[in-house]
Amino acid sequence: MGRFLLRRAINYLILTFLASSGVYFLASLTLEPQMNLLAKHPHPPIATVYQILNSQGVDPQVSVFVRYWHWLTQLVLHGNFGIAADGGSVNTEMSQRIFVSTELLLLATFLGAATGVVYGAWNALRQYRFSDRASTIFSYAVIATPVVVIGVTIRTVDNWLGSPIQYTGMYDPGANGFFAIAVSNLEHLILPTLTLWIVQMTLFSRYQRSTMLDVLGSDFLRTARAKGLPRRKAVIKHGLRTAVIPVMPLLVYNIVLLFTGATFTEKLFGWHGMGEWLVDTINTNDINAVAAIGVFTSGLVLIAGLLSDLIYAALDPRVRT
Amino acid sequence: MTTQVPLAPTGPAPVVRKSRGRSALLLARFSRNRLALVGVAILVVLVVGAYVMPTFLHWKYTDNDFENMGTAPDGNHWLGTNHAGQDILAQTLRGLQKSLVIGLIGGPLTTFFAAIVGASAGYFGGWVDRVLMWFLELLLVVPGFLLLAMLAPKLAHGTWLIFVVLLAILGWMVTGRVVRSMTHTLKDREFVLAAKYMGVRPMTIIFRHILPNMASLLIVDAAVQVGLIVLAESALSYFGFGIQAPDISLGTLIAAGEPDATTSAWMFFVPAACLVLMGLCVAFIGDGLRDAFDPTAVGAKSKARLQDDADEIDSESPVLDLTGQNVRTEEGLTS
Repeated sequence: MGRFLLRRAINYLILTFLASSGVYFLASLTLEPQMNLLAKHPHPPIATVYQILNSQGVDPQVSVFVRYWHWLTQLVLHGNFGIAADGGSVNTEMSQRIFVSTELLLLATFLGAATGVVYGAWNALRQYRFSDRASTIFSYAVIATPVVVIGVTIRTVDNWLGSPIQYTGMYDPGANGFFAIAVSNLEHLILPTLTLWIVQMTLFSRYQRSTMLDVLGSDFLRTARAKGLPRRKAVIKHGLRTAVIPVMPLLVYNIVLLFTGATFTEKLFGWHGMGEWLVDTINTNDINAVAAIGVFTSGLVLIAGLLSDLIYAALDPRVRT
Repeated sequence: MTTQVPLAPTGPAPVVRKSRGRSALLLARFSRNRLALVGVAILVVLVVGAYVMPTFLHWKYTDNDFENMGTAPDGNHWLGTNHAGQDILAQTLRGLQKSLVIGLIGGPLTTFFAAIVGASAGYFGGWVDRVLMWFLELLLVVPGFLLLAMLAPKLAHGTWLIFVVLLAILGWMVTGRVVRSMTHTLKDREFVLAAKYMGVRPMTIIFRHILPNMASLLIVDAAVQVGLIVLAESALSYFGFGIQAPDISLGTLIAAGEPDATTSAWMFFVPAACLVLMGLCVAFIGDGLRDAFDPTAVGAKSKARLQDDADEIDSESPVLDLTGQNVRTEEGLTS
């Protein structure tokens, strides 16, 4: 098991390295950081523009391989992602945004995973009853709806009701003192969490429903019933536990990758997290920040892959040996 | 991710009776799923509406009515106008055309890529398999949204077709894996070996013997991919990375209407409703196709009534893997 995981880890590391290098090259070749400076009125002299770009390590006149080598050595030796287009440090910006994303996602994903598993299993137990059919149609509708539409609908409903819940930004800028800010922060968390929760729960419940249906028809569950376990106990102890195992990798992947995937929710509700950064950096031609996101995202895939391997091993005794 | 245990045919011993043709059987099974029929009906209405209705409308999607700018739905503009005085109905129909074309080309194309790569990897094995699977894993690790967002505006100047191909290139991986593992089970079957020893070229074997034997999986997957591609397109267009002006799609319309959603609901919710309706129809059709091809699958609606049909078709299809569990894990397009 240990050797297997080690081999996987090395393979993932190589893939991550290639993917992030690819993102760096692509960003360097497609983005045009000089446009930021040339778009100013009046724009600084050309020589100054290139001097600024050079100091940021994104001068298009320097060979892309030289820039890449500089970027790579800085990153590997000093853990330094370089300078963003606005002159600030990419590292500082990124750590702030990771914090924001974590706050936003923590509640939504765990709520979504837990309720999704329970809801899916419940639907499986009631297969073909009215509630199951209704929730099947509902979940098709949710899956067919872009997150933007879900988010805006929730926002609109809130407005129609006379905006009982505030939603723009992380907290009300007028709030003073730690306690007021914390309360305001929680209030601002409600609507984005609701948006993420609906999507996540629906997705997970579909998965859980189909694995649960597989398990419900299985021999070991019938045996458990035959030896006298009440249906409720048999389903929960033997059925649900087995049915959750195949869903776990999906849960892990989804939760981890949501760090950069909650783009729409963050954008709609004004949370300055990683997902929003992903779009903003491309729009502002910020090569170093885009490269940092590339490293971060492919690093997340690596972590998600290893984590789901580990969880799988922990849950499924057949893999453990 | 999930190991699908082949579902044994549940029916009793084969009853001797006049056999129907396969396509007639599939059609009968498909039409038993009422939601799927509703899906087909609405989709037909949408397609006909998108292409035929504009010719009968007074306002074209390019027209500006400067006397009615940002007005609510009334007798003149049935679904209202946007701030530039353009008719929302005409614009939505135009956007629907583009979204339909993108979905209906992109979905099957994605499945096609998955079929080619997956079948080649599974059939040839050895270093071909290793290289292709490694490439597949690399594509899974690469942040697809980031890539598309940077590439699409550069490559897709003027033509949306390249954009569709890009979407397909970044969407085939999960299906590709399923196709590969199915190819593994097929490649040692007698009919494939027979063709091989008769000297049929490998690619011909793949196209003539391997892929047709997983047609059900591929067809259902294509239906699912249509929905995913449309969603991905609208997501990218929302941020301005997808379809570029002067082209419009439902995604660009949704993006344009979003700031006014609370005050002028028609600008946002008309194209949004259209998109959701279209996605829902595609999902229902995919569901119906799965029922038709794989009546033993969990969740197949006609299961109880169809036990005598169950053994007529090879029931070892992991179609369920793809449709019952909607694959939408690509990062960036999730939330």
